[in-house]
Amino acid sequence: MNRFLIPIAAFGLLVIVLAVGVDRAPEKSVIKSVLIGRPAPAYVLPDLMAPQPFDVRSMAGRWYALNVWGTWCVECRAEHQTLLDIQKQGEVPMIGLNWRDEDALATEWLQRLGNPYAHVPLDREGRTAIDYGVYGAPETFLIDARGTIVHKHVGALTLEVWERDFRSRLPPDARRGV
Amino acid sequence: MRALMLVVGLLCCALAHAVDPIELPDPVLQERYRELSHELRCMQCQNQSIADSPVSLAGDLRRQVRELLVAGKSDDEVRDYMRERYGAFILFRPAFSWQTAWLWLAPGLLLVLGGIVAWRVLRAGAARVATDPEPVEADDERSRS
Repeated sequence: MNRFLIPIAAFGLLVIVLAVGVDRAPEKSVIKSVLIGRPAPAYVLPDLMAPQPFDVRSMAGRWYALNVWGTWCVECRAEHQTLLDIQKQGEVPMIGLNWRDEDALATEWLQRLGNPYAHVPLDREGRTAIDYGVYGAPETFLIDARGTIVHKHVGALTLEVWERDFRSRLPPDARRGV
Repeated sequence: MRALMLVVGLLCCALAHAVDPIELPDPVLQERYRELSHELRCMQCQNQSIADSPVSLAGDLRRQVRELLVAGKSDDEVRDYMRERYGAFILFRPAFSWQTAWLWLAPGLLLVLGGIVAWRVLRAGAARVATDPEPVEADDERSRS
């Protein structure tokens, strides 16, 4: 019995380590943002929706969602209808950070598919995306009235994800009341 | 998305040696730039450094590193800049902290553990003429108890 004790204990330990690894695999495939709970980085960028630049400080005092997208991004096409549905619910304004894209393509995309965004800041050089730790579009941030990043979702949004991870975090008075 | 990443990944391999044509004018800065860009992870490719990856984000991060170096930032300041945005995961050599302690200590612990096992097996083997090498460690256990 004694001679098997150490190998069996080692095997048991290995099983536990691997089981925990397998169990946590889905959440580990998404890299957690270090910016959760931190102030959303400031930026002023040209706005596809308006002649004057968009300054993110104009969102102070309001909850909003920041969606990072580009016309080159396949998943963004997949989530677009969800964004329109969320916008239709009218609870929080959606800012669409256009990442490393061409303005004309972005305009054409929004005209053809519909526009869920209140503002579309144009991050042509990808500098703002780096400040937000973006590593693959689409990514969506939830930002509270004090300008703190509350949550980040990587990948295409669905209404289920919106309901579970975003809407559930909104205070009752965050609704835009459209 | 996965298919796209696969294509991008394969492109990464094909172009790995022609990725970064930009050189800084100062050779000292260029050397620091070369080293730093090799120890920063391409967040899209994940097992490549930004120096080896042709994806656009890696290019943007290289530009950021160049600009920070030219602006006179130290290597640690560049690493901090990246970590504040992407977390310790972007560093191939993360700083020692409670969170990363096991990363740094595990290889040493395993080496010591392996050394102890090897030493005991070898000692048991040397103590007598081994005819069957397989149960050597178990025999050692038994002879001591």
